[in-house]
Amino acid sequence: MSKFRSNGKREMPELNTSSLPDLIFTVLFFFMMVTSMREVEVKVQVKTPNGTTEIEKLERKSLVSHIYIGPPSKSYRAALGAAPRIQLNENFAEPEAIREFVIAERESMFEKDKPLMKMSLKIDKGVQMGIVTDVKQELRKAKALNIVYSAGIDKSQMR
Amino acid sequence: MGKGKRKVPGLNQSSTADISFILLIFFLVTTSMDVDSGLARRLPEWDPNAIEQEMTIKERNIMTVQVNKNNEIHVKNGVINRVIDISELKDIAKEFIANPDNNPSLPVIEEYNIEDYGVVYTTIKHVISLQTDRTTNYEIYFQVQHELSKAYTELRDAWARQTFGKELSKCDEKTEQPVARAVYASKISEAEPKQYGTAQ
Repeated sequence: MSKFRSNGKREMPELNTSSLPDLIFTVLFFFMMVTSMREVEVKVQVKTPNGTTEIEKLERKSLVSHIYIGPPSKSYRAALGAAPRIQLNENFAEPEAIREFVIAERESMFEKDKPLMKMSLKIDKGVQMGIVTDVKQELRKAKALNIVYSAGIDKSQMR
Repeated sequence: MGKGKRKVPGLNQSSTADISFILLIFFLVTTSMDVDSGLARRLPEWDPNAIEQEMTIKERNIMTVQVNKNNEIHVKNGVINRVIDISELKDIAKEFIANPDNNPSLPVIEEYNIEDYGVVYTTIKHVISLQTDRTTNYEIYFQVQHELSKAYTELRDAWARQTFGKELSKCDEKTEQPVARAVYASKISEAEPKQYGTAQ
């Protein structure tokens, strides 16, 4: 008999899963780092325009506040109609409320970040300029001068 | 009573993986990965006491881009005065801003001293006046802003290539890029809404 021949039935060794939790925790931490909490529920329909080369990515999310402008979503249509509305935080607002909103946003920031505050204007393509101009005037009054016209990057048009 | 040491039974850890899976899925659902992007602009300061200044800008230094309620883009400067297509805007703006042929009806090319760099010759006094109607479509307005921004970027890029021998994005962020930005500084002025219709 060869000494390599085993006797009896061999059992398949079980896979050691003791490091599986660690593995999944690593993935979890990765996701916690690269993502951010979902912003507020958007109550207006916003489809931003597309640009190509001039679009910049907003790097530090803590510096950015959002203003949404667009027609109310379907569930709010009945009460509000289809005319474009402004949304600040969770609520619909009038342009006059922007100044208060800017002050509140500014208060929540670190002192050294305050001059770097950016307002991201998420405006629907179909909106008319009147409401946009009103918002811009209010932002100027509130001294929030750095604005970003939120837009997607149209890769197919890139040269 | 039992004798000797009793062994502490090992904790069953087989469900830790499931627990962390649940956490992982929770985070996947509640967070968003999308990066916000957009066209950055800076609004002019608000000055409530500003008396309407009689700006003495020479005719040749100004280019008016008017987007009317029918979303037509009307451009007026020293050499052009007509409704244009959006695709033409960038080249018209580039020609206006740079004035490469030193055309007497386009902006004056002047000496301009940039700190820490030196003297350059550029159309430092040019102004692009962008006017919109309250019923102008936002997307058209955005595209106009985008095209004008593109015109500036391309001019800076060409200037950087000529001067530093490389693209703007490859230039030094602290020293070279600000110079290129100063040579072709963005001079887009948006008419105050109340002035609209009365100006010119």
